[in-house]
Amino acid sequence: MGVFSTIEEEKKKQLNTAKFQSERKVILSAAVPIELENIDTDQIIPARFLKATTREGFGKNLFRDWRYENNDENKPVKDFALNNTIYSGRLLVAGKNFGCGSSREHAAWAIKDYGFDAVVSSFFADIFKNNALNNFLLPVQVSDAFLGKIFEAINKNPGTELEINLEEQYIKITSTGEQENFDINKYKKTCLLNGYDDIDYLLSMKNEIEEFEKQPTH
Amino acid sequence: MSNTDSYNSEQNLTQAGGDRSLSLFEKIWEKHIVKTIDGGPSVFYIDKHFIHEVTSPQAFKGLEKRGLKVFRPNQVVATADHNVPTLNQHLPIVEELSRIQVQTLTENCKKFGIELYGLGHPYQGIVHIIGPELGVTQPGMTIVCGDSHTSTHGAFGTIAFGIGTSEVEMVLATQCLMQSKPKLMRINVEGQLNKGVVSKDIILYIISKISASGATGYAVEYAGSAIRSLSMEARMTICNMSIEMGARCGMIAPDETTFKYMKGRKFAPQGEAWDKAMAYWKTLHSDEGAMFDKELYIKAEDIEPMITYGTNPGMGIGITGHVPELNEISTEDKPSFVKSLHYMGIEPGTTMKGKKVDYVFIGSCTNARIEDLKMVAGFVKGKKKAKDVEVWIVPGSKQVEKQAVEEGINKIFEEAGFLLRQPGCSACLGMNEDKIPAGKYCISTSNRNFEGRQGPNARTFLASPLTAAAAAITGEVCDVRELLAN
Repeated sequence: MGVFSTIEEEKKKQLNTAKFQSERKVILSAAVPIELENIDTDQIIPARFLKATTREGFGKNLFRDWRYENNDENKPVKDFALNNTIYSGRLLVAGKNFGCGSSREHAAWAIKDYGFDAVVSSFFADIFKNNALNNFLLPVQVSDAFLGKIFEAINKNPGTELEINLEEQYIKITSTGEQENFDINKYKKTCLLNGYDDIDYLLSMKNEIEEFEKQPTH
Repeated sequence: MSNTDSYNSEQNLTQAGGDRSLSLFEKIWEKHIVKTIDGGPSVFYIDKHFIHEVTSPQAFKGLEKRGLKVFRPNQVVATADHNVPTLNQHLPIVEELSRIQVQTLTENCKKFGIELYGLGHPYQGIVHIIGPELGVTQPGMTIVCGDSHTSTHGAFGTIAFGIGTSEVEMVLATQCLMQSKPKLMRINVEGQLNKGVVSKDIILYIISKISASGATGYAVEYAGSAIRSLSMEARMTICNMSIEMGARCGMIAPDETTFKYMKGRKFAPQGEAWDKAMAYWKTLHSDEGAMFDKELYIKAEDIEPMITYGTNPGMGIGITGHVPELNEISTEDKPSFVKSLHYMGIEPGTTMKGKKVDYVFIGSCTNARIEDLKMVAGFVKGKKKAKDVEVWIVPGSKQVEKQAVEEGINKIFEEAGFLLRQPGCSACLGMNEDKIPAGKYCISTSNRNFEGRQGPNARTFLASPLTAAAAAITGEVCDVRELLAN
């Protein structure tokens, strides 16, 4: 456990500058691959760890039951990607329908708290995607084919770096030069790039919301 | 199955009013748009907001940090359900973190002026069971909760969906959310259901056909004669599991069944207000010619009692079917499929009938309403549970529990050897102490068979209350139709 806790402390320090400030418009990093589909939020953070009343500290239980044998922190599952020392970096890459299931935002908190800045997949569940965006964790949706290429590149060389450019909306496999554009809602992109959140915007709408409530049709 | 690609949601948004044909979703959606941002989401107004102890504390903290009040406390209803014990609820909660979480909800509700149906309150229960039961849920509303099964309320013709904690904070602060309009799907189930087939089987069947991600990005309307013939409680089971195929929400147009259910409920409109509401509610249906991005047609008679074999709700089969063979699975799906079956201790190509079960869980926001309990009681009356099976019945609310006792259903359970516990989410998500032990098999009326969902290394078969009750009696997965009297 000792080694892991040091890594986690380090990652947490990075997290304090988590928002996509100008220097973060581009993420260049190696990636941790989990080549499975339908990874649900119960796997990302099991319900028994949702008892906290704060947003912090969920990273240590990220993928808890895949990470440790019999719930025992002294027994890391060696070939699970988070425990496998050949993988590192601020990017998580996973199979399609990532984040399905429960709406628990704790899943996004756990991924972010562990030290990831973006998740790459060919398909995200709706609620997870919103939760990720609301926590400045970038969900990067690529085609099935491109996802296959990323896995292939990482399998060949676990240190393969991916470049994610939010401003220009592309993701690139640096070793091969292959790249693909990704979609992101214009409004959300502005929020991410400037560190705004929806509450800031909604609060600025207070008068319009009150006017709306007075409408007889409502 | 047919796709309709000509539908253009942007165009529809800007054409509100007039004579165009609208879907049920669009009618409600358009009434709740405060403002649409160019090329972006809309400011979407929320009528009712349910909160519970697990996904709200950080939202209240956020409000405090910003120095904000709850904008419309009268539109928020709170209960404690996810993390409460289901035995000895009159005693203080033993587990410290759970106790603190429930206390935090109580303190926040007091501080921010929110109505709380906490432990010990006669209205306490699973949030998606008490909303409809109390008449808080009403046709035409927009409803959110920090829980993905909020889709349940769609059974009344509402737009209802689960949100994360940041969004809970947004709704507490402004009664609004930023929302993009989803695509629209209609699923038509026509015909008569077979004997032993209930609404849970319909939804498990649909998910098995379109997969655990088959409706992601869509709002789903369920229609057709088989849906119309269902009671409100059965409809709620269907809408409840919409999220298990990824749908933003699931909904059913209100009709006489809905109105009859609503009438006289605690918070339902009364007198003149009722007449006015009825006039509006009757307009809430998809017009002829309404456009859907996707439309599916299902024959009710094709549906058997369903059972899941894997670790997502899409991995289900009819009870006489078999688990897919490896060669029936695509290359890209294979790693997940193999991992899933390994976890479940199940071989490809085998049948589910005859699989031994250790636990039976009848509960959750999917199937813990009074009709579910009655269905189980009707089946087990005079029967005894199998020797090695443990059976937990967890009612969805205090009101369900009370009715079960008043009608003597609790006696039937007792005689069968079933344990009637107290209301809460319980073993559906194993957050409290109601966990299925590692390696054990549980046939469950809940909504998720994910790895570890009911406890670390627990294995879940999802089924209807009827199929679960049959397994409780025989001790194995079985075809309930063989046990039903003709």
